[in-house]
Amino acid sequence: MNPSPETIAVAAILFVVLAAYALFGGADFGGGIWDLVAGGPKRGVAPRELIDESITPVWEANHVWLVFILVLLWTAFPPAFAAIMTALFVPLSLSLLGIVLRGVGFAFRHTAQRMRVQQLTGATFATSSLITPFFMGTVVGAVATGQVPVHPGGNVLAAWTSPTAILTGCLFVAACAYVSAVFLVLEARQRGRHELMRYFALRATAAGAVTGGLAGGTFFELSRSAPYVYHRLTGISLPLVAVSIAAGIAVLGMLWLRWYHPLILRATAAVAVATVVWGWGLAQYPYLFPTSLTLFSGSAPTATLDAEFVVAGLAVVLVVPGFALLYYLQQRGLLTEADSDADLRMAAHLGSPDVDPDQLAAAEPEPVVARIGVAAVLVTLAVRAIRNVFAPGSRRG
Amino acid sequence: MTHVLAAGAVNPVPARSQMGSSLGFHIILACFGVAFAAVIMTAEWIGIKRKDPVAMLLARRWSKVMAVLVAVGAVSGTVLSYEMGLLWPGLMGRYGAAIGLPFSLEGIFFFLEAIFVGVYLYGWRRLSPWAHWWTGMPIVVSGILGAISVVAANSWMNSPAGYTLTHGKISSVDPVSVFFNPATPYEATHMILAAYMVTGFVVAGVYAVGLLRGRRDRYHRLGFGIPFTIAGIAAPLQVMMGDVIARFVANNQPVKFAAMEYVLSTQRDAPEWLGGILINGKVYFGLSVPAFDSILVGFNPHTKVIGLNSAPAALEPPLDTLIHLSFNVMVGIGFFLFALAAWQGWWWWFHRRVLMTAWFLVPAALSGVAAVAAMEAGWVVTEVGRQPWIVYKVLLVSTAVTPSGGVTVTLAVILALYAILTAVSIGIPMIMSRRWRREGPAEEDAEQVPYGPSSAGAVGAGAPGASRAAGASGASGAEPRAPAGGAEAP
Repeated sequence: MNPSPETIAVAAILFVVLAAYALFGGADFGGGIWDLVAGGPKRGVAPRELIDESITPVWEANHVWLVFILVLLWTAFPPAFAAIMTALFVPLSLSLLGIVLRGVGFAFRHTAQRMRVQQLTGATFATSSLITPFFMGTVVGAVATGQVPVHPGGNVLAAWTSPTAILTGCLFVAACAYVSAVFLVLEARQRGRHELMRYFALRATAAGAVTGGLAGGTFFELSRSAPYVYHRLTGISLPLVAVSIAAGIAVLGMLWLRWYHPLILRATAAVAVATVVWGWGLAQYPYLFPTSLTLFSGSAPTATLDAEFVVAGLAVVLVVPGFALLYYLQQRGLLTEADSDADLRMAAHLGSPDVDPDQLAAAEPEPVVARIGVAAVLVTLAVRAIRNVFAPGSRRG
Repeated sequence: MTHVLAAGAVNPVPARSQMGSSLGFHIILACFGVAFAAVIMTAEWIGIKRKDPVAMLLARRWSKVMAVLVAVGAVSGTVLSYEMGLLWPGLMGRYGAAIGLPFSLEGIFFFLEAIFVGVYLYGWRRLSPWAHWWTGMPIVVSGILGAISVVAANSWMNSPAGYTLTHGKISSVDPVSVFFNPATPYEATHMILAAYMVTGFVVAGVYAVGLLRGRRDRYHRLGFGIPFTIAGIAAPLQVMMGDVIARFVANNQPVKFAAMEYVLSTQRDAPEWLGGILINGKVYFGLSVPAFDSILVGFNPHTKVIGLNSAPAALEPPLDTLIHLSFNVMVGIGFFLFALAAWQGWWWWFHRRVLMTAWFLVPAALSGVAAVAAMEAGWVVTEVGRQPWIVYKVLLVSTAVTPSGGVTVTLAVILALYAILTAVSIGIPMIMSRRWRREGPAEEDAEQVPYGPSSAGAVGAGAPGASRAAGASGASGAEPRAPAGGAEAP
């Protein structure tokens, strides 16, 4: 049977969020990958600083995309979610490990000012940026090849260790590096760092070439391991795939010509990523797991899907203005970089030696005895009594 | 590759332990996510209204600590989302269509919170004071609404509502009844008050240590007074709420209540047990108040209280002693914090001063740890007390648990990682506070917080005293509870 319009709509929302995560989260992971290969502590200082500056503001928002994906999947397509989480327990746990280590490395690296500690936390951050997209890629590969059983009895190692899944994992890593390098070229341009522009343009070109190669390899593998998806990719999804390839080549061309238009370059790279995600989604239709679980049999009741629709609407109504405000304030330069408390400390005389605390206490108004009524007297007596009981051991009281 | 059907023979204990430890960790950070913004905004309000630079300084510094805690909370929250599926596919696969709804709403509020934390944190300089103050408001509101959403999911597990089953599959859902299931108003209020208490008492506790060490300037008195007042207002409300909730549990989940109160068999004149260990159906070392449990449940000693024997042995909660003692600990600490707040409140009413006696400050310094302990004990009561059900009287934990192997490994890894995360979330604020104390005002420019735009070059510049501060990071990692432990020293 055909899936209901609600099911298709929610699946479409899911793929929009997936594309957003692939793009923003991908750029985020890619930053970590470039950090990893930036070279020794001296040579890598400049690119690392740039990566750091451009990742920090988006770092947390990217978690939210991922949480949205998980929540949408388990609410709207519970059986698929349960099956993926059971069969692909191992790669999902490993990608989670990467997320946590990234968080730890990231949070600590800014506070650890000693070189050795900074290197350690930086390495943790960078390595985990490699782990997470790779294993997420194997998960997608396993789903696309239809290797996830609908009712798995436990781990299914074969699903995510197939050549297609491994290739998809590598493709994800390369794509993250590619998207990130493109964005970093523009970040460098914005900051007027010309040597870094060239640095990342070169790397974006290389990563783009590798991504293209891996995509071709994955495509070839799919023809054998996932005939249904392959058939649709070369059929109904072909326009999307073609747009993705064209956009990818266009980006490489712009980099080669050194035409770094901030909006057009970003948008083209975004199109290259988003269309391939949507192409995959369209190729799977009408299946959640080709060809064992359909959207129809794997979706939640209509009321739930409607509610998810309302939630998505709320998200647009609430989150978009929030983002707009953030963007507006940032563009107007109202959100400044590191804050110093020096002004307040001077005003509060905290920079100078402390004022004698007893003097301060004495300056305060005397208690108003008149306000003490009979009840208060009783309470006083009670507290006195308690204090007397404990008095012998008291040093300050 | 194995395709063995789940025979219900999976041991759920590792999965339960992993979920418990992840939730137990995250909930502390979640408290700060819910309530810290309100504490900071109170300080900022005082700062603007009275042109008080000390209050402003506190607000600004606290906002940096909040940034660290929200960042770590984002990570541990993501872990929990994963674990819902990794550990409990049987729950999500069957009931995801219902329980997923409150989680979806929570996602929005988390998003909003993340956005406005960024605005608030980096708007100190250029936004006008009141404009900046208002950018904190969405954090407070979305913190509360987010808490209600997530707690609604947990309440649904305690009192499932709003769905219809056909052939064991959810066939229709009423989203409003799922969200506002009978337990939601009780649990959500309880948790939000708890969040304000935990945040308030923990922050106040830190400054109580400072006061005890003789740093009795206005900075420390205000730093103690603001959060303590907020927590102190929540404390009596929480005691009242707790009483109401206990009666709700007695009606709604009588077996859980029976385990909490050691009601072994259904009876009138049920005694109230304080402490005590339950072994083979007998309570040892406990203090019993005759008929008091019946009075608490129905305001009448002859009220019938349903006992543990009402449930078949296989469906009785395990670890009655743990449930009962956790309940006692939570209630006991609740009253202790209430008393502490009342004492300071009385003193403030007549003397307009922060109590400076060590008899007050030592318990006050410990109040943060106590509040955290009470909240954790409360979660133990509600989660262990619901066992063996994952959805009360609908789905068993053993049916919901993942058939995948390897949970023991992930449990070990999670425990190790959370030890590090704990060190991070306690260590970084400690390093910050040391820097604030030791460095001159000018050096603070070189300081960093985990996210948001950073000042270029500050990382490599290495401010004077940087190596000293980094050295402290190693020390604080080894002794994460240092701020509270230090309270006993003076």
